[in-house]
Amino acid sequence: MLRYIFKRILMMIPVMIGVTLITFSMMYFSPGEPADYILGELATEEDKALFNEQNGLDKPFLVRFVNYVVDAVQGDFGISYSTRQPVIKEILSCFPTTMKLSLYAELFAIVLGVTLGVVSAVRQYSFIDNFTRIIAMIGVSLPSFWEGLMLIILFSVILGWLPPSGLTSWKHWILPAFTLSTWGLAACMRMTRSSMLEAIREDYVRTARAKGQTQFVVIMKHAFRNAVLPIITVAGTDFAKLLGGAAVIETVFSINGIGKLIVDGINTKNAPLVQGGILFVAVAMSLINLLIDVIYAFVDPRIRSQYSSGKRIKRKSSKKATVS
Amino acid sequence: MLSTKQDASLSQDTISIGGHGQTKEIIGRFLRNRAAVFGMVVVLFLLFCAIFPQALTQYDPIEQNLRDRFAAPSAEHFFGTDEYGRDIFSRVIYGCRTSMEIGLISVAISCIIGVVIGAIAGFYGGITDNLFMRFIDVLMAIPNTLLGISIVAALGNSIPNLIIALSIGSIAGYARVVRVSVLSTKGTEYVEAAYATGASDFRIIFKYILPNCLAPIIVQATMSVATTIMAATGLSFLGLGVPAPTPEWGAMASSSRAYIRDYWWLVTFPGLAIMTTAFSFNLFGDGLRDALDPKLKS
Repeated sequence: MLRYIFKRILMMIPVMIGVTLITFSMMYFSPGEPADYILGELATEEDKALFNEQNGLDKPFLVRFVNYVVDAVQGDFGISYSTRQPVIKEILSCFPTTMKLSLYAELFAIVLGVTLGVVSAVRQYSFIDNFTRIIAMIGVSLPSFWEGLMLIILFSVILGWLPPSGLTSWKHWILPAFTLSTWGLAACMRMTRSSMLEAIREDYVRTARAKGQTQFVVIMKHAFRNAVLPIITVAGTDFAKLLGGAAVIETVFSINGIGKLIVDGINTKNAPLVQGGILFVAVAMSLINLLIDVIYAFVDPRIRSQYSSGKRIKRKSSKKATVS
Repeated sequence: MLSTKQDASLSQDTISIGGHGQTKEIIGRFLRNRAAVFGMVVVLFLLFCAIFPQALTQYDPIEQNLRDRFAAPSAEHFFGTDEYGRDIFSRVIYGCRTSMEIGLISVAISCIIGVVIGAIAGFYGGITDNLFMRFIDVLMAIPNTLLGISIVAALGNSIPNLIIALSIGSIAGYARVVRVSVLSTKGTEYVEAAYATGASDFRIIFKYILPNCLAPIIVQATMSVATTIMAATGLSFLGLGVPAPTPEWGAMASSSRAYIRDYWWLVTFPGLAIMTTAFSFNLFGDGLRDALDPKLKS
């Protein structure tokens, strides 16, 4: 297992270099000189030249890129143009907020999505099934920023129950987390439903029913446990998406998370901040994907056995893997 | 547009296999699905709005009329007017053109590039496959929203740049879908037979393999029109993308944010338009998937 994790982390390295190259060249070729933004309009040409020299901005593209990668590996993403603080410090101060928001949203999506999905599958074609399917379809079609604005109109302006922006009490988390969770909720619900429908028709479920098990045990123990794998996949990819989608939600609700940091950075041409932010999110996303694969392995004994020690098991399972 | 293309190639496919009535069966399955037909009708109506917006509204979507600011919805202005006195109904109708243009063109671009990458990677395997797929991994490692934001920021605000940004983000999805189906089709007898007749690689990929991978591509493309339009409005909402005063749903919602306390109609109708569009494309795509491949039915 450890070897697998180590291998996956090694495989991340080229991907991360690729991500860095993409964001770096995008910022490199974007119009506008950093010196103009930092030194202001009054700066002379000599000042700008000196600034470029001091920051290594006069070097050719490849040299600058390599320098950036070498620094980034050591956790140095450069200095933010707007605050003159190290970029990594700004990112680390914003990231927990985004992470927390995404976690709440994901938790909500999984709990409600799985529950509705199971009910929907057990009562296929009933009123509740049709209703949740329509809601799920609307859920994936809702633009998140608009949903957020509508919820603000309803719950903050008309009803006055929840605050429209900021993050000072637990009440502030409800609207943004709910808005962020909608897409995942719908995706999770649909996946649970289809995966449960498949499991319910299996022979082992019929056997469980035949031996007189109660409906609840049949559904939760026999069907659901076998249907859970695809749900984990959907929930995992969805969580990674949340980190990106948070940019819009954070702007709507004026939350100082990493998404808003990047959007603000783009509007003020703060290249180091944008590069660092995107790279950071990409690393976080890859680590989350890795974590999901590990969870996957722990949940599914068939996959777990491939990574457990002992040569005999390994040989057997690798044969199985090639067949499937 | 998509459906006619699909029908044509599918019917070709059936002829070459020698069966009959497969297209008819697919159309029949599709028409029995009421939700899907509803989605298709709405999509056709939206296309009509995009092509002939002047047929539905008498107002100019850009003309300002400061005397009529913030007029509530009425018989004269169905959706009311905005902060410059512009008719929101006509801006929503004209906005349909902007969104459809962005959605359809960028789906077409990403679909073509993604299909070519996926087909080449799957067909040749080995180093080629590895190289292309690592490139796809890089694209997948950056969240689509952030990738779109930074591409538009680097290239500048304009509709073509927005289209480029959105296309690059969704290449990966097609490449993966196509690669998997190419891998599973590659070993079939009719591909072997094509080899035996001395067909070139190009001919084998485009004539024999791809037509058989068409179903997942069509479904993916239809569904991603919905996600692309939503992503485009999201970027415009952040102020990246369609420059003012072009009527665009995301930008309309964004500029009216300041007034949501007093004038709910400014933000409500553009959003409803986005939702309706995405919803009908999703229904349409779901129906297509069920009709094209009953095994996948969920």
